[in-house]
Amino acid sequence: MYYIDPHIHMVSRITDDYERLARCGCLAVSEPAFWAGFDRASAYGFLDYFRHLVEFEPKRAGQFGIRHFCWLCINAKEAENVSLAREVISLIPQFLDRPNVLGIGEIGLNKNTRNEAIVFLEQVDLAARYDELILIHTPHLEDKYMGTRMIIDMLRSDSRIRAERVLIDHVEEHTIRHALEGGYWCAMTLYPTTKCTPQRAADLIEMYGTERVLVNSAGDWGPSDPLAVPKFIQEMKRRGHSEEVIRRVVLENPLAFFRQSRRWSREWETSLNGQLLTSEVPRTEPALAQTRS
Amino acid sequence: MTVASLPAQEALNRYFLELRCKLLDIAAILDRIDRGGPAPADPRLEQVRQALRELTSTSSGRAERIQLIFSRPYDPNWERPSLPRRP
Repeated sequence: MYYIDPHIHMVSRITDDYERLARCGCLAVSEPAFWAGFDRASAYGFLDYFRHLVEFEPKRAGQFGIRHFCWLCINAKEAENVSLAREVISLIPQFLDRPNVLGIGEIGLNKNTRNEAIVFLEQVDLAARYDELILIHTPHLEDKYMGTRMIIDMLRSDSRIRAERVLIDHVEEHTIRHALEGGYWCAMTLYPTTKCTPQRAADLIEMYGTERVLVNSAGDWGPSDPLAVPKFIQEMKRRGHSEEVIRRVVLENPLAFFRQSRRWSREWETSLNGQLLTSEVPRTEPALAQTRS
Repeated sequence: MTVASLPAQEALNRYFLELRCKLLDIAAILDRIDRGGPAPADPRLEQVRQALRELTSTSSGRAERIQLIFSRPYDPNWERPSLPRRP
């Protein structure tokens, strides 16, 4: 079945992962800007990172017929340094006309501190001023519930923000209801230990339906599985759910959210029309990389 | 789009071995902690005990309630920063 992985950090993955994604039917990935595993020394580190996301990574994905989209921001962890964060935010507008940029993200909270909240609000303001979609990172583990509620409070405090243009990511059993009741899109991250399993994600689809719900792998440099979305598809099939239901979650919902981006081009969708109408991935080799240096 | 769940008997049939496996994993981890000596005064152990009590509940929503056991509480009156004025 064809699908989109709406949250995966391909800068941390090897080129062979693109080939595996293509073999499993992945048509497109969207890559939010995130923490590199260490704090950058200066804003220039982000400048190079943003160039990586808008220039190099789309070419690498394209070698395997995968469309690469991205989101730009300073992540919540490095947002603790407010002066650095403000420098990074000032760099973002120059990239907002690039064709693969979907919006501002993944902004959010990490440890739910005051500094993180300040930088979150300033990036929400940036998105509002430039009419950008917003992708939100919610905190890990014991901080998730408090942080998700704080994020929703802050979103509601800005009258310029329309809920249908915001996606709240990494929701689980205790936060999904708050995101959906607020009118936001939400996504479940399929992680081996610390977030949702494919089974629990399927449970939440059965409990809350398919409206405004996505699933993603959030594959990155830590323990994670770039093929987690196909595993979710398998779990849904195992339970006897229809192709229509599964396609809604793994393909149509990401497209519906992305189409709201002011740079969205229908040309790519039109070029895919045959694949979008055919559920099964043909048993052919994916396009192989032409050059590797 | 609403999505129907499996009938209860079918869900039990399909997931029984997985359920059994995970219960044994939990028991083995608790035994592992015991083998290391007296239990430390660690608040996470009390969270685990609360979660185990929740597992024996007969009402649905156990996963959400266990998530909340392991969560810091939310204060609706938290002090919100204000956005600086733009020049």
